Amino acid sequence: MELNQLTIREAHEKLQNGEISSLELVNACIERIKKTDKKLHCFLATDFDNAIKQAKEVDKKIKKGEKIKMLEGIPCGIKDLILTKGITTTASSKMLEHYVPLFDATVIKRLKDNGAIILGKQNCDAWGHGGSTENSDYGPTHNPWDLTRVPGGSSGGSAAATVSDQVIYSLGTDTGGSIRCPGAHCGVVGFKPTYGRVPRFGAVAMGSSLDTIGPLAKCVDDAAIVLNAIAGLDANDGTTLPKPVPDYTKMKDKGVKGLTIGLPKEAFGKGLQPEVKAAIDKAVEDLKKLGAKFKEVSLKYIDYGLACYYIIMPSEVSSNLGRYDGIRYGHQSKEADNLFEVYTKSRAEGFGAEAKRRIMIGTYVLSAGYYDAYYKKAMQVRTLIKEDFEKVLSEVDLILMPTSPRPAFKLGENTSDPLTMYLEDIYTVTINMAGVPAASIPCGFVNNLPVGMQLIAKQLGEEKIFQAAYAYEAVNGWNKVKPKL
Amino acid sequence: MKLTKQEVEKIAKLSRLELTEAEKELYANQLTKVLDYVDKLKEINTENVPITAQVTGLENVYRGDEIDQCDFQKDLINQSTEHEDNLIKTKSVF
Repeated sequence: MELNQLTIREAHEKLQNGEISSLELVNACIERIKKTDKKLHCFLATDFDNAIKQAKEVDKKIKKGEKIKMLEGIPCGIKDLILTKGITTTASSKMLEHYVPLFDATVIKRLKDNGAIILGKQNCDAWGHGGSTENSDYGPTHNPWDLTRVPGGSSGGSAAATVSDQVIYSLGTDTGGSIRCPGAHCGVVGFKPTYGRVPRFGAVAMGSSLDTIGPLAKCVDDAAIVLNAIAGLDANDGTTLPKPVPDYTKMKDKGVKGLTIGLPKEAFGKGLQPEVKAAIDKAVEDLKKLGAKFKEVSLKYIDYGLACYYIIMPSEVSSNLGRYDGIRYGHQSKEADNLFEVYTKSRAEGFGAEAKRRIMIGTYVLSAGYYDAYYKKAMQVRTLIKEDFEKVLSEVDLILMPTSPRPAFKLGENTSDPLTMYLEDIYTVTINMAGVPAASIPCGFVNNLPVGMQLIAKQLGEEKIFQAAYAYEAVNGWNKVKPKL
Repeated sequence: MKLTKQEVEKIAKLSRLELTEAEKELYANQLTKVLDYVDKLKEINTENVPITAQVTGLENVYRGDEIDQCDFQKDLINQSTEHEDNLIKTKSVF
């Protein structure tokens, strides 16, 4: 086994007992990136020199017999939507092509406090807008299982880099599925925590009432370790929840006996590819054998989730992207003759087509005369969606459903019609509307392409997701199957 | 109902986005399609349903008004395209 294929816990143990050095581990990942990233295009920026320097420091500590932290000396990748001090952070947009942050996002600070080593910044749909990474202004990432297909998105670079062992784990963001969708399409664990569980300070804002940050990892245990490190209250993010963070790794051997899992009938109907359904059915059978009880449930508003999302999210996008005025930072047009043109031309040149669409949809639905019909209506439907989840999750411990209606599609297949692309998010967006945690767990393959299932819990119910995910993964080796590159 | 060219121009102006003629036509079609789709919400009766803007129910979160050292003012100014004497330069408003 190559060093870059190790999980966090395996790497940690080998580092601590001197079997391997952090430098060897970092170099293995760097070599892997150099060898494979021409094909995959996961990275927009790298910071190898600093990574090597840090690795040597960690090795000195270990040699001295010091105890190191779980993430210490272990290399990771960060979605380019999260600010990293001194490393160019573009949000995959031309608007921020030369933007070098002066501070770290809270999650980055927490990773660094834990000794994590950052190898670089990962490609995504610009501003997080998309489900395929094709909206990156720097070109798409390719799916490691089939280079002619998308890796999912928007955290596509993070998922593809993780499954192809360029890094040990990655951090992504999820506003409507952007961790879970690429997690499913690349075959890694993608964990979207409860809204407010992980601070967003320093993440490029997309839909502020929906945005979350979470790990993309090679196994459930790694996701738990990373979430342990990044979750918890932050004075710089007023939406973080003032609740203690449990040790998620403690859910490892709990088993699923006594858990009741709901299967929403609306998520298994038309639109779901039969082969994907078969993979999910098999996972349900496996969990039954392990002792979980299943029950059909109904999420009546799930069909309206996408419509609701495509009002609320663009509204918040249009507001959040309003800050890019071409003056204080970011791209400034050279063609402007007056102040108004500084705005309109800088934004026309700096934003790609998808960002423009979302800004305009948001601006329209928030504008005078339309606010009640669209935005207010959507916020009312959001209440119904939230109550729907609360009701079902008071009857069952978890909800299980597909992450995506089909495996990864071909590059270019959906780019001509934005609405078809939006429909790919049908199973994921509703969860962000309800603010509940959800993870995509690899549950098999269809035509050699990974399939993911979602496990959803009530707000702050992360532990139950981990409980079931640990138990399921232990009897399935899906995450051990690797793409050939 | 399809958005007119004038409507798209108005939205673009409010959005501070300069659009080409081709873009106006393209976005008129694409935005119309999305707006038609989200119209689906009209099927739901939301009379007397309260709105949800903050999904976890947190309210009035404050932190102390404490003065903190900020040592990168100069670097912040330098992130702008044009600056002079520690000030950001831009076109005049009038």
